[in-house]
Amino acid sequence: MTHLDLDLPIARPPAAESRRARRPVSSFGLGLGFVMIYLSLIVLIPLGAVVFRANHDGLSGFWHQITRPDALASLRLTLAAAAIVSLVNAVMGTLIAWVLVRDKFPGQRVIDALIDLPFALPTIVAGLVLLALYGPSSAIHLNFAYTRPAVLLALLFVTLPFVVRSVQPVLMELDQQMEEAAKSLGASPITTFRRVVLPNLVPAILAGTALSFARAISEFGSTVLISGNLPFKTEVAAVHIFGQIESDNPTGAAALSTVLLIVALLVLIAFTLVQRWSARRG
Amino acid sequence: MGKWATRAIALAYLAFLLIVPVGIVFYRTFKDGFAPFWDAITTPGAEHAFRVTVEVAVFTVIGNTVFGLIAALLIARCRFPGRWMLNAFIDLPLAVSPVVVGLALILVYGRFEPIGRFLDSHGIKVIFSLPGMVLATIFVSLPLLVRVLVPILEEIGTEQEQAAYTLGASGVQTFRRVTLPAIRWALAYGIVLTLARALGEFGAIAVVSGGLVGKTQTLTLYVQQEFQNFDPVGAYAAAFLLALLAIVALIVINVVRPKEHRS
Repeated sequence: MTHLDLDLPIARPPAAESRRARRPVSSFGLGLGFVMIYLSLIVLIPLGAVVFRANHDGLSGFWHQITRPDALASLRLTLAAAAIVSLVNAVMGTLIAWVLVRDKFPGQRVIDALIDLPFALPTIVAGLVLLALYGPSSAIHLNFAYTRPAVLLALLFVTLPFVVRSVQPVLMELDQQMEEAAKSLGASPITTFRRVVLPNLVPAILAGTALSFARAISEFGSTVLISGNLPFKTEVAAVHIFGQIESDNPTGAAALSTVLLIVALLVLIAFTLVQRWSARRG
Repeated sequence: MGKWATRAIALAYLAFLLIVPVGIVFYRTFKDGFAPFWDAITTPGAEHAFRVTVEVAVFTVIGNTVFGLIAALLIARCRFPGRWMLNAFIDLPLAVSPVVVGLALILVYGRFEPIGRFLDSHGIKVIFSLPGMVLATIFVSLPLLVRVLVPILEEIGTEQEQAAYTLGASGVQTFRRVTLPAIRWALAYGIVLTLARALGEFGAIAVVSGGLVGKTQTLTLYVQQEFQNFDPVGAYAAAFLLALLAIVALIVINVVRPKEHRS
């Protein structure tokens, strides 16, 4: 049996072999054909068009578009903000996962369910929600609207679940005997965490951090309302791309999009490598 | 002591980032009672935006359910050259900014591009109309269902399917009577995820729809417009509606997910 002669995308025992031979077009071929056409028309050809358009005026044209001061400023802000947000997530996400797994307090299940809210909530609503506490009508007189901290807040909000949800299951599986052994040998709680627990969590923390970085560099909706989209100040890359599309510069938009795509793909490749590495270790 | 400190820090972080801001929006939506909320979501603009949102979401769910089932069966049940590539292609949308999704579709289906011009001359308008918005939403939610179904299909294995075959069932019969019942909860879970994502999509739709009021404006675009027109009541009301849908989806997901482990 070669790889390609399965009749249906469902495993089939040798007994059915004779029936299959009579049919000229296999449903496997039909299924694969449908999936590839669907993917191509919606994802692959359009993304190819972005990369193609980015090089519309050659490599020098591409370079010119992404080194325009406003484009460069938005790219720099995006990468810096994503890096800060990922670091905060690595620390706070681990802490929250720890509290959700090892601590017991009333209302814990509700808090646990709420962690997913930023994924479920539309991004534009996320921006609106943050403006309610950190905007001009703030109840605690903290007005971050149209400043760079506002960009960080928006990104922290939408990326909250990544590290929590990747660390949580690892922490649940972790055998507590090692920790007890460390404690009985006289290690302080902090030493126990640093030397016994943390090494086991590192792959999960890295994976969650990589995903939150990839999400942060591409974020658009949540930053629209709260950042004010001021060029050179609070305009992130996605908002800059939006502006270039609106002002009829698709080549510039495509150039910056290509940079974002490359960075995101590199991060996701790193994510896959971390996962393989941890699978080998585990 | 350390326990109290970690708990306090974690809860304070969640309170300031998530719980209090969401609470304030809920409070402001209803601080003058239910009537202003109801008035705000029953304006012609809001009702139309709601209808457009539902239309886009329904087409997206239908498209991605058919695609997701077939793609998941291919990945979980077949070994063929290029399988890893199909896997990688399906994950690709996760790495793409919503704005780039919109741009990508414009660069193919826009009126000034070859394919878009061809479709336009045959009376099919994609960009600035419903088909483009559906394509954009399909793009962003494409991996969700496949990623839920593949692990379940691999977990249930092929023994029952093979038994059905040896008893003489056809491929379609086997799928309908054996495979589908086994994955129904995962399928429901994936559909809810897709639906929630489709109802809330903003960036990709903002690019391809043009946001034409009363035509291609979805609920998320309506929130933005109302807010920028200094009508916070309208914005909060529509945002509350979207948040409510998101929370219902979250509850359904939490109810459906444990069932999978039991069966």
